[in-house]
Amino acid sequence: MSTSVIHPPETKLAPLAWLKLNLFNTWWNTLLTFASIWLVYTLSKGILVWVFTEAEWQVVDANLRLFLVGQFPIDQIWRIWIILIFLALLSGSALAIWARNSKKLAIGMALTPLLLALLPFEWSERFWLVGVSLSGVLGWYLASGIGSKVKPLLYTGIGIWFPVSIILLSGFSNSSLTLTEVGTNLWGGLLLTMILTIGGIIFSFPLGVLLALGRRSNLPAVKYFSIGYIELVRGVPLITILFMAQLMLPLFLPAHVTIDRVLRAQVGIILFSAAYLAENVRGGLQAIPNGQFEASHALGLDAFQTTWLIILPQALRIAIPMLVSQFIGLMKDTSLVAIVGLFDLLGIAKTVLAQPEFIGLQREVYAFISIFYWIISYGMSYLSQKIETAVGLGER
Amino acid sequence: MIKKRTIPFYRDIRILKYLWQAIFGLFVFGGFVYLMNNMVAGLQKQGVTLGISFMNGIASFDIGEQLIPYTRTDSYTRAFLVGILNTLFVSIVSIIFATILGFILGIARLSNNWLVKNLSRAYLEIFRNFSLLVFLMFWYLGVFLKLPKIQESIIWFDQIYLTNRGVAIPWFIPGDTFSGFLVLLAAAFVLSVGLSLLLKRKFRKINDLQLLLFTFLFLLLAAFLGYYTLATKPFIIDLPFITDTKIKNLKGGVILSPEFMALATGLVLYTAAFIGEIVRAGILSVSKGQFEASKALGLNNWLTLRLIVIPQALKVVIPPLTSQYLNIIKNSSLGIAIGYSDVFYISSTIINQSGHAVEAIALVMATYLVFSLSTSLFMNWYNKKNKLVER
Repeated sequence: MSTSVIHPPETKLAPLAWLKLNLFNTWWNTLLTFASIWLVYTLSKGILVWVFTEAEWQVVDANLRLFLVGQFPIDQIWRIWIILIFLALLSGSALAIWARNSKKLAIGMALTPLLLALLPFEWSERFWLVGVSLSGVLGWYLASGIGSKVKPLLYTGIGIWFPVSIILLSGFSNSSLTLTEVGTNLWGGLLLTMILTIGGIIFSFPLGVLLALGRRSNLPAVKYFSIGYIELVRGVPLITILFMAQLMLPLFLPAHVTIDRVLRAQVGIILFSAAYLAENVRGGLQAIPNGQFEASHALGLDAFQTTWLIILPQALRIAIPMLVSQFIGLMKDTSLVAIVGLFDLLGIAKTVLAQPEFIGLQREVYAFISIFYWIISYGMSYLSQKIETAVGLGER
Repeated sequence: MIKKRTIPFYRDIRILKYLWQAIFGLFVFGGFVYLMNNMVAGLQKQGVTLGISFMNGIASFDIGEQLIPYTRTDSYTRAFLVGILNTLFVSIVSIIFATILGFILGIARLSNNWLVKNLSRAYLEIFRNFSLLVFLMFWYLGVFLKLPKIQESIIWFDQIYLTNRGVAIPWFIPGDTFSGFLVLLAAAFVLSVGLSLLLKRKFRKINDLQLLLFTFLFLLLAAFLGYYTLATKPFIIDLPFITDTKIKNLKGGVILSPEFMALATGLVLYTAAFIGEIVRAGILSVSKGQFEASKALGLNNWLTLRLIVIPQALKVVIPPLTSQYLNIIKNSSLGIAIGYSDVFYISSTIINQSGHAVEAIALVMATYLVFSLSTSLFMNWYNKKNKLVER
């Protein structure tokens, strides 16, 4: 049985009538329109003139590799490509399983590396980019071919992706193995930014969920500990936590344990992010009606089963949009590690500007990395919205 | 014989509850003691003893900008206080301008003018996705330090000087009769409020807007009279100018440092985008039926806005707005990246000089916690006061 909906007739206006209705309907709107036109004109003229005639973009061109991977040794860059190819394989199969119907999204994601290959990169890099794209397509067809049996395989793949990547990047200090060690002091640029972001997301997630559950616990000790932690961390700026991690983490540990600077920053980011994540998850938990708890108890599930099987899946589903925007914030906040002396995208920008031949090009460099952060941040929010609709989140 | 069945203690929920908490408490406490022991041992090795008394030592560093008198012979405590005031100063200025810009953007986002609506939308989309720190660095290194030298400074309206040493704006210097002037203004204010209340009782038709206007005009009149009739001028408007000495310098008015300008500009432009979104959501949360019902009751546009829309929208707007204000205060700590002497920057200098990292970081955190806790106390009070009364 289908209901037929009669749509109201669409009003199609002639261009002139549209202009009159939308821009010049009252004297006040006319005034606003002219003011806006003037504003757009002056701003865009100033920006365009600077971008195309005054700015010296060769600083970006000459240092592109630094911006992307920092001081990572050139002969070891294949490791990063392997990681990306693995990621593409996983994304391809994940899309094939959960978002079968949105072919457009999949094609768009497969085309992105190919489009990037059109940019003036070196031939070897273009070759790798094509490889990434092909790997995504391969993942899609593999997953469609095997069908639902691929799921456990995919879960394992997602589970081991980050640890494998970290091992691959850092290599082994033991020289008998072929992978030589690349110290974290050489990780930099976009690579470090993304590692800190992904590491922050992966590790703060379970911690945040535990804190959210702890905050709603009926055991006072657990509850007040969680409240105390969450409010304490949310009350102070991230930079103080990063400073504390840099200066005090080595103090907290026994004398013989040394802790890497990147790891210290990562711990700081995780501890900070977990508190905010806990509040978002709590929002989701509060939206679950009491009936769900009662029904679950009536079915004879114990507290752990109720939380794990009934409450959390629903609460997290509700919290996803908030979590995504928090993760975007986390990505933007990783730039703060430059203040404590790491060479992430912003830190690399500082070193680039310290080179004698590029002194005085602050506008170009900071505009460039601003746009970089902007694209990632906007891309994350755009992609998450697409994926949410593709996998039918929010629909039952 | 019926054996009395008892639940073993490890399945008794009443006992388990305490058992779990005891285990948890022990775990937390143990971890805390372990970390503290390590820390104390580590500090002893470095020859540092914990304690707050080092704050009385002589700071012996200079601070770029200060609101209260400070010299390098003052104590660390004084320096810390200067930092707190600087943090508050930049935060308050940023909050005021971000609110104004944010409200304009939020309202413009709902304009029926196509161009205005989409311009505002573009602004919100673009500025929310910047990384604040990079944005601040751009404003500092790319804009405010790139302004011309003092000799070639850009001058706006003959009053505002834009140079790479700071931005100079006109200010006023209070004269001898300034306190008398303030008393006059206060008296005028009391008088005008009393008068307007009287007017309202007499002529019921006067609405609040007219009353506000009346009070404002009365105050303006009093200020005008005071300025011209007092024996000496209550204040002098101090215009900035460039000195004629060999080394050119800016004098007069108030000179805002490039660090302050960059931090405030970045915070305002960035936070305004979030505030705009909040304001838009607040206005949209008032359902269309409310407007229509208000029209049907015969209220005019102004009354609809004042009595129906704003009270309902405010309930939605105020909580996230406060958290944005708090974000401004916390984000002002990024001033360290561009050298603005806020409380965090000064504490990191104190750490470098005295080596008391643990105590100084604890002090900074406590300072920020005081700001946030007082804000959340206000929030709770406000929410309780404005809770929607439901049937």
